[in-house]
Order: sequence, then structure tokens, then C-alpha cells
Amino acid sequence: MLKYIVFRFGAMIPTLAIASLLIFAIIELPPGDYFESYIAELEASGEAVDPKKIEYLRTEYGFDKPMWQRYIGWVWGMLHGDFGYSFEYERPVSELIGSRLFLTMLLSFVTIIFTWLIAFPIGIYSATHKYSIGDYGFTLFGLLGLATPNFLLALIMMYFAKVWFGTSIGGLMDPEYINEPMSWAKFGSIMEHMVIPVIVIGTAGTAAMIRRIRANLLDELKKQYVTTARAKGVPPVRAVLKYPFRMSLNFFIADIGNILPAIVSGAEVVAIVLSLETTGPLLISALQSQDMYLAGSFLMFLAVLTVIGVLISDIALVILDPRIRLQGKAQK
Amino acid sequence: MSNSPLPDKGKPIEHFVSTEPFDPLAVEKLTPAQEKYYFASQRQLMWWKFKKHKLALFSALFLLFCYLVIALAEFVAPYDLAHRHIGSIYAPPQGIHFFEDGKFVGPRVYQRVRTLDMDLQKRIYTDNKSKSYAINFFCDGDSYKFWGLFEARKHLYCVEEGGTFFLLGTDKLGRDMFSRIIYGARISITIGLIGIAVSFILGITIGGLAGYYGGWVDVIVQRIIEVLQSIPSIPLWMALAAILPVTWSPILVYFGITVILGLLDWTGLARAVRSKLLSLREEDYVLASQLMGAKPGRIITRHLIPGFMSHLIASATITIPAMILGETALSFLGLGLRPPVTSWGVLLNEAQNINVIVLYPWLILPVVPVILVILAFNFMGDGLRDAADPYE
Repeated sequence: MLKYIVFRFGAMIPTLAIASLLIFAIIELPPGDYFESYIAELEASGEAVDPKKIEYLRTEYGFDKPMWQRYIGWVWGMLHGDFGYSFEYERPVSELIGSRLFLTMLLSFVTIIFTWLIAFPIGIYSATHKYSIGDYGFTLFGLLGLATPNFLLALIMMYFAKVWFGTSIGGLMDPEYINEPMSWAKFGSIMEHMVIPVIVIGTAGTAAMIRRIRANLLDELKKQYVTTARAKGVPPVRAVLKYPFRMSLNFFIADIGNILPAIVSGAEVVAIVLSLETTGPLLISALQSQDMYLAGSFLMFLAVLTVIGVLISDIALVILDPRIRLQGKAQK
Repeated sequence: MSNSPLPDKGKPIEHFVSTEPFDPLAVEKLTPAQEKYYFASQRQLMWWKFKKHKLALFSALFLLFCYLVIALAEFVAPYDLAHRHIGSIYAPPQGIHFFEDGKFVGPRVYQRVRTLDMDLQKRIYTDNKSKSYAINFFCDGDSYKFWGLFEARKHLYCVEEGGTFFLLGTDKLGRDMFSRIIYGARISITIGLIGIAVSFILGITIGGLAGYYGGWVDVIVQRIIEVLQSIPSIPLWMALAAILPVTWSPILVYFGITVILGLLDWTGLARAVRSKLLSLREEDYVLASQLMGAKPGRIITRHLIPGFMSHLIASATITIPAMILGETALSFLGLGLRPPVTSWGVLLNEAQNINVIVLYPWLILPVVPVILVILAFNFMGDGLRDAADPYE
């Protein structure tokens, strides 16, 4: 077991290395850099440009060096907890994104729980009542959730939340709590504002998940041991819950690897629409203004988070399901 | 007694041969229905199986209809894309009526009267019930260049001279929403097809290489796939879309976006191809063709890939909706297509403001075709996936 965990941690390193290369390449691709657009902007508004400051920043952040040196500098800095400097906000990146990253994680976590709570019972119901009206109904409902663009759903729900429940529009908390220390009232406000994003982001993942659970459970229900259990006279509910259900539990854990990136993705777009204080809005503005350290470190963080999430789900899976072989090679 | 075929008691039984004609294959004979089934080609079987999935069949027909409409977009749309009705800005959808004073008069629309509410700073449109205009079919309207090839004026429907007919209302510049949705469909539903073509080529090539050569090629490809799958896709799309130069022409941006969507989508296909190749290359028929001296390239393209091509097509169909949604999301954020190009994402971008939902709710109507098309692709993909393996 320990060997497996160590091996998986080891496997993370090349994955993240490739990810960092990819992200760096993407960020370096556009012609020019932040300073060029910055100077142009300042000159356009008639302000004086301090060439010394620009020159200082350029050398400080290695914009005069070749690309590969900058890449190594960036990665080296990250390994030492220095995530670079946001030119636009004139603050270190780590200061900017700390709390936002926490909110992104919180949002993703709550969304996954929500997805499970919805998909779990519906998936089991659909599998045990195959081709019933309920099965079709839920499938259609799930697909509708999948087909509706997230951002629009978010807008509409935001409007009705305002009209019906008086929830303030936008943000992850009521305006008066921003920059306040954490308190129960603030926590409650965050929870209230989290409802819409969670539902909106969750719906897309839920549909896919329901269908996967249904397919998995259907395979399981066909197996001999279920027939045996039923023949022995085990009541239907127990016959489903005792073993096939446990099998689908494993599947829930395994599926985190699939839905986590999707949820983080969905969260970004919804966050922009709802102006949540998560990573989405900051990321998009950083991308647009070529604020490269901010954007790069952000993308890198998201990659690290998802890789760790997948890793945790894999390890949990091995703990839950002893049949998964730790050693040995994949079958041909 | 003598009528009985049996001999008298105690006598031996004579050798008897029935004179009836005997067909030695009678037991194995198939009924015509069975014959039809067992002798059907694989394609035929797939079609039968697909046909049984009514929803999938219906979805396929619907999609066919959509592609037909976009092929004839200029003709179906009543107004030109650039036609601005200055007098009808933010006009709500107009209703059709068939009866006037209890008499059937065919489809007609009432005259629109615009007043300004100075308190609310809002245009108010009311119907003038005393005057109405007929809606004609196959009539002359705005002139257009069909596919940029030749001039024409024919439209599927248009309203009598002097009247306006906005089936789905107008936008902030007074452009007909229905026409814009039709033109937008042209971009939005082809983007998925081109994107899928890109991801198909990448998926089969890279997955094929990994599956066939195995070893370190496989290891590297596996790693890359893992990385691409573990990074959230929309931030990556955003990053890639942000690097498309602003100076590019709309058409280039369109191709840029499709390539971006395709570039990040091939991983699933490549995985499927790889694992299939890994298992299929151990099959006896592969060994047989190897012994007969077939080259690897021929084995892969002639014997291995066709074996699961239908699966690949089915799974590709299911990823088209993701691309269509991806385009709408990117355009919605202002990173994808930009006006004057009209796509569903661009149209929805204009509905981004919450005021729009309150004041001009018809501007979010482009979401209806988005939902319908995505549902249809999902159902059709389901049907195709079931049909892809007709021998089950």
C-alpha cells in the first residue's frame, strides 16, 4: 500500500512537469508582453512612463533573458513558494490568489457533495427501474441540465433568487461581509450565495454521473450473485443495497477523477457570470492583459489541485476495493 | 387388417421407405424473416438497431433538418443579417393571427405602434388591431448573396410591404432575432463538426501510434493524455483563445476556435484507440495477416481500425455537444467569436446583462436552439453507440 502511494506521488512529478511546460508555452505564445501593452496604455492616456521602473521590472522578472531561463526561473520560484508578481495588481501573486483559491476549493468540494447527493439516489432508482417513466424522466431532466449553458442558467437563477429570496446579486457573500473576519453570519451568507453556483455547476456533472452510475449498476445487477441473493429470498431492497450498491460506491470515488476537472471548469465560467470571488474572474482578466505570472501560476494551481484530487480518489479507491491490483502490469 | 401398414403378427417387418421427398437441410432451414436477419450486412443490422431507438432516429432527423436549414440560411431567414430596423429597437416578438372578425384570413400580423414611456425611459410597442399585414411565402425581400455566389431576393416568408414581422423580436440595434439565430446556427453547429474532425485525426493517429508501438511512445502519450485530462478544460480554452490575435479576420478566429476545441478533445478518442489496438493486435486474424506478410500500416488501417470505427464515430458524436457548449461559453466570455460574426454564443453574449432578462427576455431565446441541438446530439449519440455493436 505504502509502495503504491509513493509510486503514485512519484508519477505526479512528470505529470506536473508536463503541465507546467504546457502552461508556460500557452502563456508565452502571444506576441509581446505585459509591459508593451502597459506602456502603450499609459502613453494613450497621456501619462508619463517611468522607463526606469519598467526596466527594473523587466530585469527583475527576467524578461530580457531567453525563454527557457524564464521557465526554469518560474518553476524554481514556485518550488520555493514564490509564485511571481502580478504586474497589473502590483502585488505578489500568492497574496492575490490565496483566499480565492480557498473559495474555489470550497465551491468545488460542496459541488461534488451536491452532485453525489443528487446522482446517487437517482442513479440507483434508474438502474432498478430500467425503462420506467421515472427512468426516462430523470434521464431527460439530467440531459436538460447538461444541455443548458451554465452561464445562462446562472443568470436566470440569480434573477429569481433576487426576486423570490432577496439574495443579493453576485459575489459569494453579502457586500457588508467582504474583508470582514470569518464569523457565523459571514459563513451563513457565503452558504446562501453558494446555493446557485453549486446548483448550476452541479447540474452539468450530475447528468453524466447519473448515466454512468446507471450503466455500472445495471452491469452489476446482471451478475450471478444478485440472482443468487434474490433466489435465496433476500428482500429486493436489501439485495440491491448489500452488494451492488457497495460496488457503485467504489465507482463514486473513482469518478472524482472525471468530474473534478469538469467542475473546476464549470466553476470558472459561472464565477465570471456571478462575479464570485473565486479564481475565474481574476484568471480571465490576467489572460487578457497578459499578466503572465498571475495567469500562469493560476493555471498551475488548478492543475495541481486537480491532480491531487485525482490522486486522493485513486488512493481511496484502492483502500475501498481490495481487488484492484497494486503490483503487476496492466493486462494486454 | 390388410389396410394396416404393419405386417401380421409374428411376420418380420418389411423395409419401408417413404415416398415423400426429403430435404436434408429442413432442420436448418430459416424462415424468411430469420434469413433476412442472418444474411443482413453489418451496416443493415446497425440501421435496424438504430431505427428501434425512436428518440435517436427522431433526433437524427431533427439534426438533418437543422443542417438543411443552415445550408439555406439566407433563404430561410426573413431579413438580412445587417438589416437594422431603426424604428423597432428592442421590439418584443410579434404574434401571428389567422382570423379577423371571425373570418379566416390566413397568417397576418398587426401593425406595430411605438410609444416612448418617458418615466421608465422605455420603448413600448402596442398592436394596432385595425391595421394588419399579410405574411407571404416564397416572396421577395432583402436581397442577399446566396453562399456568396449569386444575388437573390427570395425568402421563405416575408411580410407585406410596410409591415414588420419579428417572430422572435429584435435586438438593441433593431435586427430580427429569428434571422440572427438562423445565421448564428451556421457557425455554431458547424464548429462542432470541424472540431471533431480535428480531434478525430489527432486521436486516431496518436492513439494508433501509442497502441501499435507501445513502449516509450506509449508511456509519453499516456502522460500527455493524463495531463490534458487533468487540467480543467475551460481555463485552458480561455488561455488558448486569449492568444488568438485581435487582428485576425472573423473567419480565421472561427477556425482558430475550432482547432482549439479540437486540440484539447482528442484525448478520450486516443485512449479508446490505444486500448482497442493493444487488445486487438493479439487476435488471431492479425497473426494470420502478419504471416501472410502484411505490413504494419496495412494491418492497422485495413484490419484493426475498421473493426471499431463505428464505436469511434459513436463516441465522437457524443463529444460534439461539448464543443458547441464550449464555443458558446467562450463567445459568451468575449474570448471566442466576436461581432460582426454571429453565433449562438455571440447572441447570448448580448443577453449577459441581468437587465436584459428582466426587460427584454426574448434576447435569451437563442438558448432554445442550443438546448435542442445538444439534446439531439446526445440522443443520437446514444442510439449510435447502441447500434455500433449490432451483434450483442
